[in-house]
Amino acid sequence: MLRVLFHRLLQGFVVLIVLFTITFFLCRALPGGPYVSEKEIPAHVKELMMKRDGYDQPVHKQYLMRLKNLLQGDAGLSTRLSGRPVNDVIAQSFPVSFQLGLISMFVALAVGVPSGVIASWKKNMDVDFIVMAVAMIGLCLPSFVVGPIVGELIGRKWQLLPAMGWDAFDPATWLLPMLVLGMVYAAYLARLTRTGMLDVLSQDFVRTALAKGVPMRRILIKHCLRGGLVPAAAYLGPAFAGIISGSLVIELVFQIPGLGRHFIKAIETNDVNVIMGIVLFYGGLVVLGNIISDFLILWLNPRARAQS
Amino acid sequence: MSLVIQKGTSLRADAMQRLKKNRAAVMGVYCLALIVLACLVLPFTPWLKDPNAQSLIDQNLAPCAKYWFGTDNVGRDIFSRVFYGGRISIAVAVLTTLVAATIGVTYGAISGYAGSKVDALMMRTVDVLYGMPFLIVVILFGRVLEKETAKWSNAVVDLLTADNASAAKINDVRTAVEPLVTMAPLFIAIGALSWLTISRIVRAQVLTVKKLEFVEAARSLGLSHATILFRHILPNCVGPIIIYTTLTIPGIMLFEAVLSFLGLGLKPPNSSWGVLIKEGADLMLTNPWYLFFPSLFFSLTLLSLNFIGDGLRDALDPKSSKD
Repeated sequence: MLRVLFHRLLQGFVVLIVLFTITFFLCRALPGGPYVSEKEIPAHVKELMMKRDGYDQPVHKQYLMRLKNLLQGDAGLSTRLSGRPVNDVIAQSFPVSFQLGLISMFVALAVGVPSGVIASWKKNMDVDFIVMAVAMIGLCLPSFVVGPIVGELIGRKWQLLPAMGWDAFDPATWLLPMLVLGMVYAAYLARLTRTGMLDVLSQDFVRTALAKGVPMRRILIKHCLRGGLVPAAAYLGPAFAGIISGSLVIELVFQIPGLGRHFIKAIETNDVNVIMGIVLFYGGLVVLGNIISDFLILWLNPRARAQS
Repeated sequence: MSLVIQKGTSLRADAMQRLKKNRAAVMGVYCLALIVLACLVLPFTPWLKDPNAQSLIDQNLAPCAKYWFGTDNVGRDIFSRVFYGGRISIAVAVLTTLVAATIGVTYGAISGYAGSKVDALMMRTVDVLYGMPFLIVVILFGRVLEKETAKWSNAVVDLLTADNASAAKINDVRTAVEPLVTMAPLFIAIGALSWLTISRIVRAQVLTVKKLEFVEAARSLGLSHATILFRHILPNCVGPIIIYTTLTIPGIMLFEAVLSFLGLGLKPPNSSWGVLIKEGADLMLTNPWYLFFPSLFFSLTLLSLNFIGDGLRDALDPKSSKD
């Protein structure tokens, strides 16, 4: 187990270095340079700013300096937000995005996995077809279509729920964003769980258990669930990354003050420090999500454990 | 004793048979064919008005006989915008998928065929790339290339039109060329990042096929590695390649739409379904049909592609169709 953890951490580190390198060079190539502002910045001020942020140094020195600062956890200052530390920006807006992501993930799991299990149990019966049809529609109705419709109808026209903003302690404000964001992943998870469960259900030990007279519900939950969940667990890593990028759209639609909005604004204004800080922060989250997903698989599947 | 001679069916005919029995997949094929045909042919017929022609009189009209899908807030015909936008969305998705599939198949095939250390190294690279938040990198990449692509598209339009061409002609060429040229680098980037799943699948398939006897026979005949791999092994991996290529297209269409929705993909006046959905969402209250029609066609296309992909998987992959 420890060896696996070490291996995954090492791999995650490589991911972050590669991500850092790509972002670094993309940021250098941003049209208009690092200080874009509505007002013209006087030349001498700009020169001083360039000097302060180390842009007068040769490229490899800049690269190393930035890498060193980021490794020490210092992402520099934002230019758009007049010198606020990027760390502050992230610390302030991330909890909102995190809460949104976590709740949506929970919704996706709570809806997707049970419906997948039920669909596999009632395979080729009406329930199965209905669940799979709903899942398919869920996959094909992207959140940026559903989001505006739901927000406009439920939020503004019928005034049932707030369609804008976010309050960490008011579940009513969570409801719409989390449903819209979680829906697509619930659909994916339902399909994956169904396939995984069907794989297990077609194995011989299930027939044996049936022949012994074990009730179907017990077979499903005690004998099959663990193995059947492996594909869904393997999808959790990518789903994590997807929810992060999906929250970009949701935060825009529902006007939620999360990390994604800062990222989009930073990209529009060439706020290099914020861009780098947020990209690497996201990268770290995705790495973490993948590690968690890997360990879930190891926990669910003894064969994978024996191999590692 | 009578001997019944049954005509043997090839594997491919078998798979076609299974595919035809899958009603959802067949519906998907028809539906997709209709939409694609409409998007390809309609822009060349006189029934579609100029998608960017504005009208002061016909603003915010509900669907009617003259404007089948209604008009938007500056009087543009939504019917023609949907099909012009669809042409871009589909073209972009197909081209991007081709890039992704080419890279993925080559990479996976080489990795699986080479085996041992090369394989391990190549697959670790894939693992590393899997762990990256792509949307974010692509957004940044698109922003970097924004100004350059505008220059390129102007150059291409100049190249395609004569100096004395009329303004209308230039406008026509521009609507056709500009979105493709401005988006090309971005979508090459997306394609270059979406090949991971295909490469894993192809590698796994190559690993099984390369152990079969006919490969050994080919080797003992002295064929080169390239010939063995591309002439003898890859044709035996066509099934999974087709399945996963089909399933990649909807993912990329979604990707394009998300980018356009965030205002980072195609820029107005060029339109794709993503751009239209965004504009429709902004005008939700006054013209709900502007959101409805692009979304309808977008979702129908995704639905068809997913059904076809699922159907192909059931038909071509004997393991999953056993139950």
